[in-house]
Amino acid sequence: MLGRAAWDERELLAGIEDVPAGSISYHTRSYFLRSRYLAAPYPNDFATWAAIQVRDRVLGERLAVVDLFDFADVEQLRGELVGIIDHHLTTLQTVPRVDYGEPFHFMRSTLIEVPTGIVARNLREFRDALERVDTSAIYFHFYEAGRRSAADPLAWLETEVGLADVAARLRRLNPYVTSLAGMRAQLLTACDAVMGGSAQ
Amino acid sequence: MTRDGQIRLDDYRAVVPTATLDLLRRLAERIRGRSLVHVNSTRVGGGVAEMLHRYVPLFTELGIATRWEVISGAEEFFRVTKSFHNALQGQEQAFTNAMFQSYLETNKENAGRLNLDADVVLVHDPQPAALIAHARPASDGKRRGRWVWRCHIDVSRPQRRAWTFLRQFVTQYNGAIFSLPKFAQRLPVPQYLIYPSIDPLSEKNRDLTPDEVAAVLQRLSVPQDKPILLQVSRFDRFKDPLGVINAYRLVKKHDDCRLVLAGGSADDDPEGAQVLAEVMDAGSHDPDIHVLVLPPTAHHEINALQRAAAIIVQKSTREGFGLTVAEGMWKGKPVIGGFAGGITVQIIWGVTGYTVNSVEGCAFRIRYLLHNPDVATQMGRNARESVREQFLITRDLAEHLALMVTLLR
Repeated sequence: MLGRAAWDERELLAGIEDVPAGSISYHTRSYFLRSRYLAAPYPNDFATWAAIQVRDRVLGERLAVVDLFDFADVEQLRGELVGIIDHHLTTLQTVPRVDYGEPFHFMRSTLIEVPTGIVARNLREFRDALERVDTSAIYFHFYEAGRRSAADPLAWLETEVGLADVAARLRRLNPYVTSLAGMRAQLLTACDAVMGGSAQ
Repeated sequence: MTRDGQIRLDDYRAVVPTATLDLLRRLAERIRGRSLVHVNSTRVGGGVAEMLHRYVPLFTELGIATRWEVISGAEEFFRVTKSFHNALQGQEQAFTNAMFQSYLETNKENAGRLNLDADVVLVHDPQPAALIAHARPASDGKRRGRWVWRCHIDVSRPQRRAWTFLRQFVTQYNGAIFSLPKFAQRLPVPQYLIYPSIDPLSEKNRDLTPDEVAAVLQRLSVPQDKPILLQVSRFDRFKDPLGVINAYRLVKKHDDCRLVLAGGSADDDPEGAQVLAEVMDAGSHDPDIHVLVLPPTAHHEINALQRAAAIIVQKSTREGFGLTVAEGMWKGKPVIGGFAGGITVQIIWGVTGYTVNSVEGCAFRIRYLLHNPDVATQMGRNARESVREQFLITRDLAEHLALMVTLLR
């Protein structure tokens, strides 16, 4: 926790501009890790706070539609969020603030890598492992992989197993609009469809 | 479970996925052989002691040499720390220099007596917080081990003088843990968020058979002939038991039901005794209102009441974390809670229950759920799964292990 809070949208904007990159990641990407079972209205904390606590649904919707997986790094994402809030505020006479709800508390997280001890050597073993690993492993390999190439199972499928077409198919799955459990289900369905009659 | 009734990690396989326990063990491997000492102010009574009785053997089983030290002090010391506790939770309290001195001297005496030599020293709540000022340095002059202050109370609006006094010690730690983001303070040390948790295998939360539930309700003279609304909490104004009675009365105009208000004895709390008297009076003319004053050890009874209830209410206007909400949710019940403290974190509005802001809102949601049993059943299922993911001791253990890994890197 950073001990910093925003009571209105201008303070939110200032916070997003100032906080460490790890805080932007916490409130966007790691939302999925924190909300495994049931989702808040939007898959990023800034959007949910604007919509629910400030009751500014327009800003909530504008922030929610930003697909964080479209951005190569956190700084680009930060720039996009700042631009949206800044533009939104220029269209208003007064700065929307929390009257009855809770302020926004800035947080940040540290990701700790823990080997599961589960090893896959082919697509079938990969599919079986997907089914039984903790959902945090799904998060690590499919939501963080873009930033950690060594953790990218699709690169492994492509280069080590020689299944470039399967990797391409799985890469088209968009994590932003589903939960970790939903992502797992989609991955399993895609693997099953590929294996069909020919187990790899 | 071992022969002496000690819960083992494998016992949790019945309630959490195997992968969760595997993750705990893998995480613990990173710090196997390291040592941890918990320090608090009592070995019996209260949520922290209850939690430590579970934690210590589980941490030990995970390969971490874990001890539990308890500070001791004269009656005056505990009077002072009670004042600290109240002031940090926002109540106006008067402090004298003699009170501060008593606190400091007792901490100094304990620092000389207790064995605080460990890789991680986890100090719980304000009573032992000043131990760090007297931590014995190693031969190189540096303090051995990483010290973390664990704050279990609501410090969102502390009385300034008390917090300023305590802050001088908190800033000497390597980090502080709070239970909610809004409890975070401006501090020059890292602040960590760890939600409290419930133990699904404890007497308060373990599965009960319908016969066990019926036996308890019979013993407590609570008939199961109509839907039961239940609030479990101390008789405290912040828990708003009179508001719950008023909500029940609004419901009762249309729908037949019973209200059970169950809480602990208020003998040592003059204001609590006053609230209890008002609640007794308010409920005295209605045979469907049951006010139960239970001893602090009545875990089995609370468990049975929660399982017998149709709807659990926790209509607090001010709350620390409010784990009775998670307890109710774990029993597969929809919970209607006040929009306060940790209740807002536990209840997902419209999915696991409802947060409400008034007596009327509470009454409306009770009526809605009584008239839509399918919705209530589904919410109860969602509630149990939500607790399984977020508010069980296994998640709590994992976060403490992750913190140790981070501190000892």
